[in-house]
Amino acid sequence: MASAQPARGTRTDKRTDRTWTADRLRSAVHDVVTAHDPATTDPVEFLGALFDAGLAWVHFPPGHGGLSAPRALQSVVDDELTAAGAPPRAPGLHTIGLGMAAPVLLAFGDEAQKKRFLRPLFTRREVWCQLFSEPGAGSDLAALATRAERDEATGDWVVNGQKVWTSVAHEAHWGLLVARTGPELPKHQGLSYFLVDMRAPGVEVRPLRQATGEAEFNEVFLTDVRIPDTHRVGAVGDGWKVASGTLMNERVAIGAGAMPREGGLAGGLARLWRERPELRTSGLHSSVVRAWVDAEALRLTAERLRQQLAAGQPGPEGSAAKIAFAGLNQRMSGLALDLLGEEGLGYDDWTFRRPEPDDDFSTRSFGFFYLRTKGNSIEGGTTEILRNVIAERVLGLPPEPRSDKTIPWKDLPR
Amino acid sequence: MSTEPTVDLLYNEVEDELRLPLRALLADRCPAVALLARIESDEPYDTGLWRALGAELGVTGLSVPEEYGGAGAGWRETAVVLEELGRAVAPVPYLGSSVLVTAALMAADETRVLPEVAAGRRAAALAVPFSTSPGLPFPDAVRLSGSALSGTVTSVADALPARVLLVPATGAAGPGLYLVDLAAAGDTVTVTPRRSLDLTRPLADLTLRSAPAVPVALGNEAIRVLEVALTTGAALLASEQLGVAEWCLTTTVGYVRERHQFGRPVGSFQAVKHRLADLYGLVSQARAVARNAVAALDAGSPHTALEASLAQAFVSEAVVETAEAALQLHGGIGFTWEHPVHLYLKRAKSGALALGTADRHRSALALLVDLPPAA
Repeated sequence: MASAQPARGTRTDKRTDRTWTADRLRSAVHDVVTAHDPATTDPVEFLGALFDAGLAWVHFPPGHGGLSAPRALQSVVDDELTAAGAPPRAPGLHTIGLGMAAPVLLAFGDEAQKKRFLRPLFTRREVWCQLFSEPGAGSDLAALATRAERDEATGDWVVNGQKVWTSVAHEAHWGLLVARTGPELPKHQGLSYFLVDMRAPGVEVRPLRQATGEAEFNEVFLTDVRIPDTHRVGAVGDGWKVASGTLMNERVAIGAGAMPREGGLAGGLARLWRERPELRTSGLHSSVVRAWVDAEALRLTAERLRQQLAAGQPGPEGSAAKIAFAGLNQRMSGLALDLLGEEGLGYDDWTFRRPEPDDDFSTRSFGFFYLRTKGNSIEGGTTEILRNVIAERVLGLPPEPRSDKTIPWKDLPR
Repeated sequence: MSTEPTVDLLYNEVEDELRLPLRALLADRCPAVALLARIESDEPYDTGLWRALGAELGVTGLSVPEEYGGAGAGWRETAVVLEELGRAVAPVPYLGSSVLVTAALMAADETRVLPEVAAGRRAAALAVPFSTSPGLPFPDAVRLSGSALSGTVTSVADALPARVLLVPATGAAGPGLYLVDLAAAGDTVTVTPRRSLDLTRPLADLTLRSAPAVPVALGNEAIRVLEVALTTGAALLASEQLGVAEWCLTTTVGYVRERHQFGRPVGSFQAVKHRLADLYGLVSQARAVARNAVAALDAGSPHTALEASLAQAFVSEAVVETAEAALQLHGGIGFTWEHPVHLYLKRAKSGALALGTADRHRSALALLVDLPPAA
């Protein structure tokens, strides 16, 4: 493991070469910014230069966007880049690529995969999506039925099945896919992990309309889609392990967002209270102030989580924060409709359309948020399942009894 | 409203190093059995432990500059001590002496008794009802006549072991804060124990009959100093409450893993697991909120009153919910006198009433952040 501490003993020389300090990273950023002025350089080119300098993710290995430096030093790089006016990191479309594909490729991908995928992922040339959930396998992800069968003649995998709740699939170049390769094995053991070309023949993306009226997600139908074996991540049968790594990164990404005071719905609710005194009642006052307090508690919890991550001491509070955020968002949007009274009976837009990742959601009505936030306690792990996760993995309580763990998947009732 | 600057919500190495010996000392000096014996004895406060905190560990004056006998640390470190004292429901007058009175003396630049208080040689108490919230009118229960104080103050925290009182009083010249040395006051001051909900922090009523007093702050300065003391207390009480909540959560998780019913550990039932998962989330939020209040206090932020009210509005209810759940999830044993969970419930509930209820702090907060009540 890389260390910021000066090395001791006989290995000093070797270690010193690899010891990265905040100052050395600042000067590395300075070099990139000087050679590629972010104000005039095309963002893809600028990000490419950043990747090549090892400043994309400093803890990644050299050649793959990093320097094998301590992860905690990334914040030094990011602060310096922000000050220099560099394009921001992780905008909407690229959340899955940066937040999930990159760490999974780093942890489980082979050299060729890292070489092929990490750079275009970071420079935003290629968008990623995640093909996990299925109509019959949501919370019980390991029950999934999409099949990948080996074509013995070519060595390719042939995939058939249906995925659901796939964000940005219609924009994506690549998908992270978990598929069943061993139906005769118990459900967790018969899975493998693949990178699927979303433009390949047999991949069909259809918008999935939600309760809000719009189509934020997709269904993805996979019919005889061929995937070369070089696009398998990890060993055949190791899909669950790789997927679990992906999901862990997903929860960190969800839980660690930093927000200003009165960011999000708390701000909308507070403004409504301030600007519309005629709507105020004493019972709702109490609820609004409580919601304000609870929103602050969550904002500070997320901020503390972010500080822990930056200091290299990630805590397990992310899942708990996600549960609480979902509940609070639902409560606040419902409260806003109560306040609005007659206005709350209306709705702004039932159009069947695809939202863009950079849509200005602040223009949507509280009715929209009332409906959309119902998804917050379902997406990325339901509140009920996450409570089990916290109870079992964080608090160490005994697991739920699982009768399906040792039975071959093909024999399970479905 | 404007964006707040980022505050450090983590614990630093100094704080971690402070915590370990303290936890060891408390585990040694006030285990549950000793606590249960002490609350029914004539000496509800542990003066031996108090001396150890002062003389051995030097934590009674953490926030006091070294030139006045303190450790020259800050409120962040003091908060860590409070977390540990809360985790042990330790019967020592730390909140009264090292927080409320110390904050007042420092705000008033009153250094005559500060070294003695900082070193823990003389415990001190702030003579207001423990339920007093910041932002209330200056107390008038005690009157100044000449240079002597008379009146009765009820439900004072940490008065039983106190050698010095800091008394808010009103006189012809308006409000003032006065020191009363109990050794010199003789029988002009009576300290009467109250039967208190919280057995590990018993309250007392004070009666002063022409008690000799020394002024510390007068007029608007007295009002300011008392407000600083109460706001500091409210901000730091959240850390003590966090310690109480952490004990309740940890102890309950340990219990439901061991206790079997219906042939399985109680903690394998989903109803129990989900409740504990939610409490875990609540306690981790309480930690962030408590650290935020302490960070504001330590930095001398102009928003300290807001952040202190935020802390009391959230943490008071979070710790009561955690303690109530802890008793429930312990089942029958949780309802007995022999199990210490009731001591924590009593500390949690009386702490929620102390220095302003959650509702009072929400009302204060609502005005500070421009969310006025309905007309």
